[in-house]
Amino acid sequence: MYVLTGLKMKNPTILAAGILGTTGASLCRVALEGGANAVVTKSIGCMPKKGHPNPSIIQLDCGFLNAMGLPNPSYQGFLQELKIAKKDSGVPVIASIFGGNVVEFMEVAEGLLPGKPDAFELNVSCPHSEGYGAAVGSNPCLVEAITAAVKDVVNVPVWVKLTPNVSDITSIGTAAESGGADAVVAINTLKGMAIDIESGYPILGNRSGGLSGKAVKPVAVKCIYDLYATLKIPVIGVGGVSCWQDAVEMMMAGAAAVQVGSAVYERIDIFSEINTGIKAFLQRKSYSDVKKLIGLSHEMV
Amino acid sequence: MLPLNATILQITEESHSVRTFFFDLHFETMEPGQFVMVWGRGVNEVPMGLSRINSITVLKVGETTSKLFELKEGDSFGLRGPFGRGFSLPSENEKILIIAGGVGAAPLSPYAEAAYAVGSEVHTILGARSADELIFEKRFLGAGKVYISTDDGSKGIKGFVTDVLKGLDLSAYDKIAICGKELMMVSVFRLIKDRKVLEKAEFSLHRYFKCGIGICGSCCIDRSGFRVCKEGPVFSGMQLLDSEFGRYERDASGRRVQI
Repeated sequence: MYVLTGLKMKNPTILAAGILGTTGASLCRVALEGGANAVVTKSIGCMPKKGHPNPSIIQLDCGFLNAMGLPNPSYQGFLQELKIAKKDSGVPVIASIFGGNVVEFMEVAEGLLPGKPDAFELNVSCPHSEGYGAAVGSNPCLVEAITAAVKDVVNVPVWVKLTPNVSDITSIGTAAESGGADAVVAINTLKGMAIDIESGYPILGNRSGGLSGKAVKPVAVKCIYDLYATLKIPVIGVGGVSCWQDAVEMMMAGAAAVQVGSAVYERIDIFSEINTGIKAFLQRKSYSDVKKLIGLSHEMV
Repeated sequence: MLPLNATILQITEESHSVRTFFFDLHFETMEPGQFVMVWGRGVNEVPMGLSRINSITVLKVGETTSKLFELKEGDSFGLRGPFGRGFSLPSENEKILIIAGGVGAAPLSPYAEAAYAVGSEVHTILGARSADELIFEKRFLGAGKVYISTDDGSKGIKGFVTDVLKGLDLSAYDKIAICGKELMMVSVFRLIKDRKVLEKAEFSLHRYFKCGIGICGSCCIDRSGFRVCKEGPVFSGMQLLDSEFGRYERDASGRRVQI
């Protein structure tokens, strides 16, 4: 058994926010069929939101570009889905939430409490929704205030998901820690864009969006490495993990657990595959515990 | 994949609100029933079943399809795909029944042709509101026998596809393939279930898609959590038992909306 900010998990692999997280049934499927040891929901806000026009996700050679635009059914609409996930997934369910200011974050967090999420993940890092996400997450004072405010109204752990689109991610991580965060999650997508050269149109409906997948993994590893060196609270790694080797690398950089997102595209059971791979690796290397991997590379100087 | 550039070679008027756009790309590996994401540049991108390896057949219903209807031969649009799972192809000597309602005939017409090509016996129930809205009657006739129903009785029997279906011996068929409006499909589903041949049937579902490639989860159905864009859009009748099918779907925000 593995404990992360008080959450009990069999293994340190988690479904990332925004992936197959709109319905309770899909979250259960990722846990039961996919082997995810905890699941994070789609980011939920105060009001129903349709998101940006399509194309909203496109696959590139090096990863994925997306501009979903925070589509969500509002906390009222999502409660029934959260309850299904809680009842049937058999794993901790983390509610990802977003807002434009402190008051909105508090409203959504309180609104979802009847669904009994095991933790909250604050999305202060979505790079393509005006007034939300990274718009608040690049301001350390706001991040600290939002974290503190949500901590005040909930009695479960609060994770803060960070944007890499800042000059110094550790200053934002420090702000989250000062606000009382139980963990930080790094990283959200990197700003990106693709253009259809036949027509000149930007491909994403929102014109630009965020890059995920293989291309961002080295960026994530560096951010995790720096955050681990700076913060006392756990760092949860996310960004481009698609195999057990990626997960091990992130843990060696300092990740206490690893989230997997766009890699579910090819196979939902990627979580089981990573868990099995990590176990075999631990055995081969004679590590007594998966925790031995966390931050290992910091000792290698 | 990035959207491919599809240049329109020919536009065929199938009915007053349905047009076929032939383009310069050939999806040789297409399974009938698979879909493409059609990008009306500057507007939106929507899923559509392929009606041939080089055509889509479009019902003018909203913003994106209206934009497509403004395009002329020589113009172009973006295409990603083909994606998802299509209808299971029959083998030689198998007998299949196709049930197509309105523009649901689009993805089923290449299925009829593929089945005919492998030597299956193909029967089709083709339904529409009226005679002038029947799509691809000739293509289905080329593959085998066709029963027609129209709501107003302007051709074939007056009524719905289920009125034809009631009179058929379903035990004679090895496979049944259905595509059309969900209310039509769910009445077919109930009838086929009552006749205890649900395991032979496959239905093509329509849900709101965002990514179209199995990542975002906006098209997941209850209670299985299947992604319509990845595990579907074609599902076996058994997969749809105890599901949201015929009851509700989700809009772009993820809210449940009654069918």
